[in-house]
Amino acid sequence: MQSYILRRLLALIPTLLFASLIVFVAVRWIPGDVVDLMMSQNDIAADQDRARVEQALGLDRPVLVQYTSWVGGALRGDLGRSLWRGSPVSRELAERLPISFELGLLALVIGLTVAIPIGVYSAIRQDTLGDYVTRSFSILMLAVPSFWLATLVMVFPSVWWRWAPELEYTRFLDDPVANLKQMLVPAILLGLSLSAVTMRITRTMMLEVLRQDYIRTARAKGLRERVVVLRHALRNGLIPVVTLVGLQAPLLIGGAVIMEQIFVIPGMGLLLLEAVSQRDYPLISGIFLVVGLSVISINLLVDLSYGLLDPQVRVR
Amino acid sequence: MTAPAIDSSAALPRARSAGRDLLRRLVRDKPLGAAGAAISVLFLLCGILAGVLAPRGINQVDLAHRLEPPSLQFLLGTDALGRDVFSRILHGARLSVIVGFSGAAIATALSLVIGVVTGYVGGRLDLVVQRLVDAWMAFPGLVLLIVVISVVGPGMPQIIVVLGLLYGIAGSRIVRGAVVSAREQMYVHAAQSTGAGTLWILRRHVVPNVMPLIIVLFTTRVGAVILSEAGLSFLGLGVPPPAPTWGGMLSGSGRAYMAMGPWLALAPGLCLTLVVYAINVFGDALRDLLDPRMRGIR
Repeated sequence: MQSYILRRLLALIPTLLFASLIVFVAVRWIPGDVVDLMMSQNDIAADQDRARVEQALGLDRPVLVQYTSWVGGALRGDLGRSLWRGSPVSRELAERLPISFELGLLALVIGLTVAIPIGVYSAIRQDTLGDYVTRSFSILMLAVPSFWLATLVMVFPSVWWRWAPELEYTRFLDDPVANLKQMLVPAILLGLSLSAVTMRITRTMMLEVLRQDYIRTARAKGLRERVVVLRHALRNGLIPVVTLVGLQAPLLIGGAVIMEQIFVIPGMGLLLLEAVSQRDYPLISGIFLVVGLSVISINLLVDLSYGLLDPQVRVR
Repeated sequence: MTAPAIDSSAALPRARSAGRDLLRRLVRDKPLGAAGAAISVLFLLCGILAGVLAPRGINQVDLAHRLEPPSLQFLLGTDALGRDVFSRILHGARLSVIVGFSGAAIATALSLVIGVVTGYVGGRLDLVVQRLVDAWMAFPGLVLLIVVISVVGPGMPQIIVVLGLLYGIAGSRIVRGAVVSAREQMYVHAAQSTGAGTLWILRRHVVPNVMPLIIVLFTTRVGAVILSEAGLSFLGLGVPPPAPTWGGMLSGSGRAYMAMGPWLALAPGLCLTLVVYAINVFGDALRDLLDPRMRGIR
């Protein structure tokens, strides 16, 4: 098991290196150099000063030299300094990552809590009205853009009831209730948009499993239906659902960017949008690295959880 | 012994009758899919005829009629500059049609090329390309899009190419899988042993085999590309204003006035949802009719 994890982690290295190189080089092609932006904001015009600014930021060296020194730093946990804030990128990330993580986790929990029971219900009541309603709902949720739902939540309650979602961020440790109050609405919206697919997969897998011989055996030996469904069927039906959660990790992160922007939550997504508009190269590269690492570790966790759910999977 | 003769005479009108047969089965077996197809066609027509159907210009400012609720004169009301929302929605449909269809076309073509080449050739090339696809797919689409768009700058051609790339690379996996299984079919081996050239085999045996999958892939990609473009325009990274994109109409300056004119928040989102929903159910129905193996793949 340990060697399997080790091998998986080693396999990550080329993926991350390749991806970060692309981002590192590509980000430097953003039209309108960061130096131009800084000089225009500070009324510096002379070419001589430009060279000094570039030198101070380390942007006068060839891109590949910058890249190798960045990788060297990254291996020691040093991702450079933000060009605008002057603070270490790793500190910015450490501040923002938990916020996005909280939003994502809440959304995931909400999504699964909605999707799995409904998927199971839909499967054991196949082809009834309830099944049709939930299936149509899940297909519909695939088409509704989450940013539109969020817009509706921002607009209509305030028009009708003078209620608006909280937009001022409070840290969880300072005031958990106020923090959750702000996080809940975006988390529900994000969770709902994820639940559509999960619901469909849960239903399909449950239908498949319920047709198996061992389910018939379980029923034949007189087990209650609840036990058959929950203990025998669901546990086997859930394995593909867990895979799906891994596959949805990128969607979750992407969706979080939009939610953070709409609900003004200072997480990684908002940081990325700011960094891109300010051409803050080290910050963009750092965010990219962390996002990639997150997706990959989520998938690794998903792979490892198979062993817990399914004793048949024995990883060497 | 007469059977082959009958076959060859029936071969000529096969393509057209296959299309008609598919349409008949769609209407008979998949009413929801047929409704989706009808809405998709309607949306396409709105896009094509936007210039004729729109009662007013898209950027025709009319300050005397600012923020008017829907009425007979302004079917969907007006925005903060007195622009007719209905006309802008129609032109938004045109932008969505252009972005959706060309983006999906690029994506599908790219998936086809990568999938067929790596799936058929296999070996080291396949291995290397698949690792690159892995690296690409490790990143959330939206995050990639934000970074790439910030490099190339917002604008319609860039959006189309970038979305085409994004979905094309992701979809190559699905095509590759189908090609790998087609490659091992007996008739392909037979063709290889008769000395047929690679290109000939690809054109005559492999590509026709994955064609149903390609059609389904294209259909679902149209919806996905439209939704992505709307998301990007919403973030201000899509087609820049004053172009009336559906995503853009929900963002930026429009948002500030939605409390006074809630109808501004409704029309673009409803259109997006309806169109993407219609395309999705049509795609699902097509998949069931053309290629039952693909069930559950999106």
